[in-house]
Amino acid sequence: MSEVIVITSGKGGVGKTTTTANLGVGLAIRGKKVVLIDTDTGLRNLDLLLGLERRIVYTLVDVVQKRVNYGQALVRHKKYTNLFLLPTSQVADKTAIEPEQMLDIVEAMKNEFDYILIDCPAGIEQGYETAVIGADWAIVVTMPEISAVRDADKIIGRLQASNKKIKLVVNRIRPQMVKEGTMLDMTSIDDILSVECIGQVPDDEKVVDSANRGVPVVEWKDSAAGDAYRDIVGRVCGEEIPFKPLEAETFWQRLKHVFGH
Amino acid sequence: MFNFMRLFGGKSDSSSEQAHKRLKFVLIHDRANVSPEIMEHIKNDIIKVISNYMEIDQKGMDISLENDEDAVALVANIPVNRMRPVVGRKH
Repeated sequence: MSEVIVITSGKGGVGKTTTTANLGVGLAIRGKKVVLIDTDTGLRNLDLLLGLERRIVYTLVDVVQKRVNYGQALVRHKKYTNLFLLPTSQVADKTAIEPEQMLDIVEAMKNEFDYILIDCPAGIEQGYETAVIGADWAIVVTMPEISAVRDADKIIGRLQASNKKIKLVVNRIRPQMVKEGTMLDMTSIDDILSVECIGQVPDDEKVVDSANRGVPVVEWKDSAAGDAYRDIVGRVCGEEIPFKPLEAETFWQRLKHVFGH
Repeated sequence: MFNFMRLFGGKSDSSSEQAHKRLKFVLIHDRANVSPEIMEHIKNDIIKVISNYMEIDQKGMDISLENDEDAVALVANIPVNRMRPVVGRKH
Protein backbone atom coordinates (compact mmCIF):
# COMPACT_ATOMS: atom_id res chain seq x y z
CA MET A 1 0.00 0.00 0.00
CA SER A 2 1.36 3.40 -0.94
CA GLU A 3 1.86 6.37 1.34
CA VAL A 4 0.21 9.27 -0.46
CA ILE A 5 1.65 12.71 0.31
CA VAL A 6 0.52 16.04 -1.15
CA ILE A 7 3.03 18.89 -1.31
CA THR A 8 1.20 22.19 -1.00
CA SER A 9 1.70 25.80 0.15
CA GLY A 10 -1.05 28.25 -0.76
CA LYS A 11 1.41 30.82 -2.06
CA GLY A 12 3.20 30.29 -5.35
CA GLY A 13 6.94 30.32 -5.76
CA VAL A 14 7.90 28.98 -2.34
CA GLY A 15 9.31 25.69 -3.63
CA LYS A 16 6.52 23.09 -3.83
CA THR A 17 7.75 21.62 -7.08
CA THR A 18 11.40 21.77 -6.00
CA THR A 19 10.48 19.96 -2.78
CA THR A 20 8.46 17.33 -4.69
CA ALA A 21 11.30 16.67 -7.14
CA ASN A 22 13.94 16.40 -4.41
CA LEU A 23 11.80 14.23 -2.18
CA GLY A 24 11.00 11.96 -5.13
CA VAL A 25 14.62 11.54 -6.19
CA GLY A 26 15.75 11.18 -2.57
CA LEU A 27 13.25 8.39 -1.90
CA ALA A 28 14.19 6.70 -5.18
CA ILE A 29 17.89 6.80 -4.21
CA ARG A 30 16.88 4.90 -1.07
CA GLY A 31 15.37 2.22 -3.30
CA LYS A 32 11.71 3.15 -2.87
CA LYS A 33 9.33 2.85 -5.79
CA VAL A 34 7.97 6.33 -6.25
CA VAL A 35 5.53 8.13 -8.53
CA LEU A 36 5.30 11.91 -8.70
CA ILE A 37 2.00 13.33 -9.92
CA ASP A 38 1.98 16.88 -11.25
CA THR A 39 -1.46 18.46 -10.72
CA ASP A 40 -0.46 21.97 -11.77
CA THR A 41 -2.36 21.65 -15.04
CA GLY A 42 -1.51 24.43 -17.50
CA LEU A 43 1.59 25.43 -15.50
CA ARG A 44 3.50 22.18 -15.23
CA ASN A 45 7.16 22.26 -14.22
CA LEU A 46 7.90 19.05 -12.37
CA ASP A 47 8.95 17.50 -15.72
CA LEU A 48 11.56 20.25 -16.18
CA LEU A 49 13.04 19.93 -12.70
CA LEU A 50 13.47 16.19 -13.26
CA GLY A 51 14.87 16.56 -16.79
CA LEU A 52 11.96 14.58 -18.28
CA GLU A 53 10.29 17.29 -20.35
CA ARG A 54 11.10 15.71 -23.70
CA ARG A 55 9.77 12.28 -22.86
CA ILE A 56 6.12 13.08 -22.17
CA VAL A 57 3.66 11.29 -24.46
CA TYR A 58 0.42 11.22 -22.48
CA THR A 59 -0.74 13.21 -19.46
CA LEU A 60 -2.99 13.03 -16.41
CA VAL A 61 -5.73 14.66 -18.50
CA ASP A 62 -5.52 11.80 -21.05
CA VAL A 63 -5.84 9.35 -18.17
CA VAL A 64 -8.83 11.19 -16.69
CA GLN A 65 -10.53 11.26 -20.09
CA LYS A 66 -9.85 7.53 -20.42
CA ARG A 67 -7.84 7.80 -23.62
CA VAL A 68 -5.04 5.79 -21.98
CA ASN A 69 -4.56 4.03 -18.66
CA TYR A 70 -2.17 5.58 -16.15
CA GLY A 71 0.61 3.10 -16.93
CA GLN A 72 0.86 4.44 -20.47
CA ALA A 73 1.22 8.02 -19.23
CA LEU A 74 4.00 7.30 -16.70
CA VAL A 75 7.45 8.55 -17.62
CA ARG A 76 10.24 6.45 -16.14
CA HIS A 77 13.34 8.30 -14.94
CA LYS A 78 16.50 7.45 -16.89
CA LYS A 79 18.86 7.21 -13.94
CA TYR A 80 16.49 6.11 -11.17
CA THR A 81 14.40 3.43 -12.80
CA ASN A 82 12.13 3.08 -9.76
CA LEU A 83 11.07 6.75 -10.09
CA PHE A 84 8.11 7.68 -12.30
CA LEU A 85 6.42 10.92 -13.29
CA LEU A 86 2.75 11.25 -14.14
CA PRO A 87 2.83 14.62 -15.89
CA THR A 88 -0.17 16.84 -16.41
CA SER A 89 -1.25 18.75 -19.49
CA GLN A 90 0.32 22.10 -20.31
CA VAL A 91 -2.60 23.15 -22.55
CA ALA A 92 -5.65 22.16 -20.48
CA ASP A 93 -6.68 24.07 -17.35
CA LYS A 94 -7.49 23.09 -13.77
CA THR A 95 -11.15 22.34 -14.58
CA ALA A 96 -10.03 19.37 -16.73
CA ILE A 97 -9.68 17.16 -13.62
CA GLU A 98 -12.41 16.78 -11.02
CA PRO A 99 -11.33 15.86 -7.47
CA GLU A 100 -13.27 12.56 -7.63
CA GLN A 101 -11.48 11.57 -10.85
CA MET A 102 -8.13 12.23 -9.17
CA LEU A 103 -9.19 10.14 -6.19
CA ASP A 104 -9.98 7.21 -8.53
CA ILE A 105 -6.54 7.44 -10.16
CA VAL A 106 -4.71 7.58 -6.82
CA GLU A 107 -6.70 4.60 -5.56
CA ALA A 108 -5.84 2.64 -8.70
CA MET A 109 -2.11 3.38 -8.27
CA LYS A 110 -1.96 2.55 -4.57
CA ASN A 111 -0.85 -1.05 -4.92
CA GLU A 112 2.03 -0.36 -7.23
CA PHE A 113 4.19 2.20 -5.40
CA ASP A 114 5.77 2.79 -2.00
CA TYR A 115 5.18 6.53 -2.27
CA ILE A 116 2.81 8.65 -4.32
CA LEU A 117 3.81 12.33 -4.14
CA ILE A 118 1.34 14.88 -5.45
CA ASP A 119 2.59 18.32 -6.47
CA CYS A 120 -0.22 20.79 -5.75
CA PRO A 121 -0.76 24.05 -7.66
CA ALA A 122 -0.71 27.42 -5.88
CA GLY A 123 -4.03 28.82 -4.74
CA ILE A 124 -7.05 27.39 -2.95
CA GLU A 125 -9.39 26.78 -5.87
CA GLN A 126 -10.35 23.57 -7.65
CA GLY A 127 -6.75 22.61 -8.41
CA TYR A 128 -6.08 22.49 -4.68
CA GLU A 129 -9.06 20.23 -3.98
CA THR A 130 -8.03 17.90 -6.78
CA ALA A 131 -4.46 17.61 -5.47
CA VAL A 132 -5.38 17.11 -1.82
CA ILE A 133 -8.34 14.74 -1.96
CA GLY A 134 -6.39 11.48 -2.33
CA ALA A 135 -3.57 12.29 0.09
CA ASP A 136 -2.95 10.55 3.43
CA TRP A 137 -1.05 13.54 4.74
CA ALA A 138 0.40 16.85 3.59
CA ILE A 139 3.70 18.64 3.47
CA VAL A 140 3.16 22.40 3.64
CA VAL A 141 6.06 24.34 2.15
CA THR A 142 6.61 27.92 3.24
CA MET A 143 9.33 30.56 3.37
CA PRO A 144 10.41 32.87 6.21
CA GLU A 145 8.44 35.70 4.63
CA ILE A 146 5.36 37.32 6.08
CA SER A 147 3.09 36.62 3.06
CA ALA A 148 4.22 33.00 2.67
CA VAL A 149 3.61 32.28 6.38
CA ARG A 150 0.15 33.85 6.25
CA ASP A 151 -0.82 31.75 3.23
CA ALA A 152 0.64 28.62 4.85
CA ASP A 153 -1.61 29.27 7.85
CA LYS A 154 -4.65 29.41 5.57
CA ILE A 155 -3.75 26.11 3.91
CA ILE A 156 -3.02 24.50 7.30
CA GLY A 157 -6.52 25.52 8.45
CA ARG A 158 -8.03 23.96 5.33
CA LEU A 159 -6.07 20.73 5.72
CA GLN A 160 -6.95 20.45 9.41
CA ALA A 161 -10.64 20.89 8.50
CA SER A 162 -10.34 17.84 6.24
CA ASN A 163 -8.45 15.93 8.98
CA LYS A 164 -5.13 15.65 7.14
CA LYS A 165 -1.97 15.30 9.15
CA ILE A 166 0.46 18.12 8.30
CA LYS A 167 4.21 18.55 8.35
CA LEU A 168 6.08 21.74 7.56
CA VAL A 169 9.07 22.48 5.34
CA VAL A 170 10.59 25.96 5.61
CA ASN A 171 12.43 26.75 2.43
CA ARG A 172 14.96 29.40 1.39
CA ILE A 173 16.17 30.34 4.85
CA ARG A 174 18.99 32.90 4.84
CA PRO A 175 20.89 32.30 8.08
CA GLN A 176 22.74 35.58 7.82
CA MET A 177 19.47 37.55 7.72
CA VAL A 178 18.02 35.50 10.59
CA LYS A 179 21.12 36.31 12.62
CA GLU A 180 20.76 40.02 11.87
CA GLY A 181 17.08 39.99 12.83
CA THR A 182 15.83 40.80 9.34
CA MET A 183 14.23 37.42 8.64
CA LEU A 184 11.68 35.39 10.64
CA ASP A 185 13.41 32.64 12.62
CA MET A 186 12.19 29.09 13.21
CA THR A 187 10.99 29.91 16.74
CA SER A 188 8.64 32.60 15.41
CA ILE A 189 7.36 30.42 12.57
CA ASP A 190 6.78 27.57 15.01
CA ASP A 191 4.98 29.91 17.42
CA ILE A 192 2.65 31.06 14.65
CA LEU A 193 1.95 27.86 12.71
CA SER A 194 2.36 25.19 15.45
CA VAL A 195 3.00 22.40 12.95
CA GLU A 196 5.70 19.74 13.19
CA CYS A 197 8.65 20.83 11.07
CA ILE A 198 10.48 18.20 8.99
CA GLY A 199 12.72 20.48 7.00
CA GLN A 200 14.71 23.70 7.17
CA VAL A 201 16.21 24.35 3.76
CA PRO A 202 18.77 27.13 3.37
CA ASP A 203 18.64 29.42 0.36
CA ASP A 204 21.21 27.94 -2.00
CA GLU A 205 22.30 29.08 -5.46
CA LYS A 206 22.78 25.44 -6.37
CA VAL A 207 19.00 24.97 -6.42
CA VAL A 208 18.78 27.27 -9.45
CA ASP A 209 21.81 25.61 -11.01
CA SER A 210 20.28 22.17 -10.49
CA ALA A 211 16.95 23.26 -12.00
CA ASN A 212 18.86 24.51 -15.05
CA ARG A 213 20.26 21.02 -15.51
CA GLY A 214 17.16 19.04 -14.56
CA VAL A 215 19.07 17.26 -11.79
CA PRO A 216 17.55 17.81 -8.31
CA VAL A 217 19.98 19.13 -5.73
CA VAL A 218 19.33 16.19 -3.36
CA GLU A 219 21.86 14.27 -5.51
CA TRP A 220 24.52 16.94 -5.03
CA LYS A 221 27.00 16.22 -2.29
CA ASP A 222 28.37 19.76 -1.92
CA SER A 223 25.08 21.59 -1.47
CA ALA A 224 23.61 22.88 1.81
CA ALA A 225 20.09 22.62 0.35
CA GLY A 226 20.91 19.09 -0.83
CA ASP A 227 21.88 18.16 2.75
CA ALA A 228 18.61 19.59 4.04
CA TYR A 229 16.58 17.64 1.45
CA ARG A 230 18.39 14.39 2.30
CA ASP A 231 17.39 14.95 5.94
CA ILE A 232 13.77 15.56 4.89
CA VAL A 233 13.80 12.28 2.95
CA GLY A 234 15.04 10.49 6.07
CA ARG A 235 12.35 12.07 8.24
CA VAL A 236 9.63 11.13 5.73
CA CYS A 237 10.93 7.54 6.06
CA GLY A 238 10.40 7.84 9.81
CA GLU A 239 13.97 8.41 10.94
CA GLU A 240 14.80 10.70 13.85
CA ILE A 241 17.26 13.18 12.40
CA PRO A 242 18.27 16.21 14.49
CA PHE A 243 18.27 19.61 12.78
CA LYS A 244 21.71 20.90 11.99
CA PRO A 245 22.20 24.58 12.80
CA LEU A 246 22.29 26.58 9.58
CA GLU A 247 25.55 28.44 9.28
CA ALA A 248 25.54 32.19 8.85
CA GLU A 249 28.25 33.50 6.55
CA THR A 250 31.62 34.08 8.11
CA PHE A 251 33.30 37.43 7.73
CA TRP A 252 35.49 36.11 4.89
CA GLN A 253 32.57 34.53 3.02
CA ARG A 254 30.68 37.81 3.20
CA LEU A 255 33.69 39.69 1.92
CA LYS A 256 33.87 37.21 -0.95
CA HIS A 257 30.21 37.84 -1.74
CA VAL A 258 30.67 41.58 -1.70
CA PHE A 259 33.58 41.45 -4.11
CA GLY A 260 32.25 38.69 -6.34
CA HIS A 261 33.67 35.21 -6.57
CA MET B 1 23.87 45.53 11.02
CA PHE B 2 24.76 47.67 14.00
CA ASN B 3 21.70 49.13 15.66
CA PHE B 4 22.21 52.67 17.00
CA MET B 5 18.74 52.85 18.53
CA ARG B 6 19.67 49.94 20.77
CA LEU B 7 22.90 51.65 21.80
CA PHE B 8 21.01 54.67 23.11
CA GLY B 9 18.42 52.57 24.85
CA GLY B 10 15.63 53.35 22.39
CA LYS B 11 13.08 50.68 21.71
CA SER B 12 13.23 49.36 18.18
CA ASP B 13 11.89 46.04 17.00
CA SER B 14 13.95 44.23 14.44
CA SER B 15 12.02 43.67 11.22
CA SER B 16 11.68 39.97 12.01
CA GLU B 17 10.04 40.87 15.34
CA GLN B 18 7.71 43.22 13.50
CA ALA B 19 6.83 40.45 11.02
CA HIS B 20 6.08 38.12 13.93
CA LYS B 21 3.76 40.64 15.63
CA ARG B 22 1.99 41.64 12.43
CA LEU B 23 1.44 38.00 11.48
CA LYS B 24 -0.04 37.24 14.90
CA PHE B 25 -2.49 40.10 14.47
CA VAL B 26 -3.54 39.33 10.93
CA LEU B 27 -3.90 35.59 11.57
CA ILE B 28 -6.37 36.13 14.41
CA HIS B 29 -8.63 37.77 11.82
CA ASP B 30 -7.85 35.25 9.08
CA ARG B 31 -8.57 32.28 11.33
CA ALA B 32 -11.80 33.71 12.72
CA ASN B 33 -12.85 34.72 9.20
CA VAL B 34 -13.44 38.28 10.45
CA SER B 35 -11.92 40.90 8.22
CA PRO B 36 -10.71 44.25 9.59
CA GLU B 37 -13.50 45.82 7.50
CA ILE B 38 -16.13 43.92 9.49
CA MET B 39 -14.43 45.01 12.72
CA GLU B 40 -14.85 48.62 11.60
CA HIS B 41 -18.59 48.05 10.99
CA ILE B 42 -18.98 46.41 14.40
CA LYS B 43 -17.16 49.32 16.02
CA ASN B 44 -19.45 51.88 14.37
CA ASP B 45 -22.56 49.97 15.41
CA ILE B 46 -21.34 49.70 19.01
CA ILE B 47 -20.71 53.45 19.05
CA LYS B 48 -24.26 54.06 17.83
CA VAL B 49 -25.85 51.89 20.52
CA ILE B 50 -23.73 53.06 23.42
CA SER B 51 -24.08 56.71 22.43
CA ASN B 52 -27.80 56.45 23.31
CA TYR B 53 -26.75 56.12 26.93
CA MET B 54 -23.24 57.46 27.32
CA GLU B 55 -20.92 59.98 25.83
CA ILE B 56 -17.84 58.00 24.83
CA ASP B 57 -14.35 58.92 23.75
CA GLN B 58 -14.40 57.60 20.20
CA LYS B 59 -10.74 58.34 19.59
CA GLY B 60 -9.62 56.46 22.69
CA MET B 61 -11.85 53.52 21.88
CA ASP B 62 -10.32 50.22 20.89
CA ILE B 63 -12.03 47.03 19.89
CA SER B 64 -10.16 43.99 18.72
CA LEU B 65 -10.18 40.24 18.43
CA GLU B 66 -7.91 38.39 20.80
CA ASN B 67 -6.82 34.81 20.77
CA ASP B 68 -6.81 32.78 23.96
CA GLU B 69 -5.80 29.17 23.32
CA ASP B 70 -8.63 27.87 21.13
CA ALA B 71 -11.19 30.60 21.80
CA VAL B 72 -11.44 33.96 20.10
CA ALA B 73 -12.71 36.91 22.15
CA LEU B 74 -14.02 40.28 21.05
CA VAL B 75 -12.36 42.72 23.44
CA ALA B 76 -13.56 46.30 23.66
CA ASN B 77 -12.04 49.15 25.62
CA ILE B 78 -14.44 52.10 25.54
CA PRO B 79 -13.58 55.16 27.64
CA VAL B 80 -16.76 56.85 28.93
CA ASN B 81 -16.71 60.64 29.25
CA ARG B 82 -20.06 60.93 31.01
CA MET B 83 -23.57 59.56 31.14
CA ARG B 84 -26.23 61.19 29.05
CA PRO B 85 -29.14 62.74 30.92
CA VAL B 86 -31.91 60.21 31.39
CA VAL B 87 -34.65 62.73 30.57
CA GLY B 88 -37.46 61.21 28.55
CA ARG B 89 -36.13 57.70 28.85
CA LYS B 90 -38.29 54.99 30.36
CA HIS B 91 -36.87 52.95 33.20
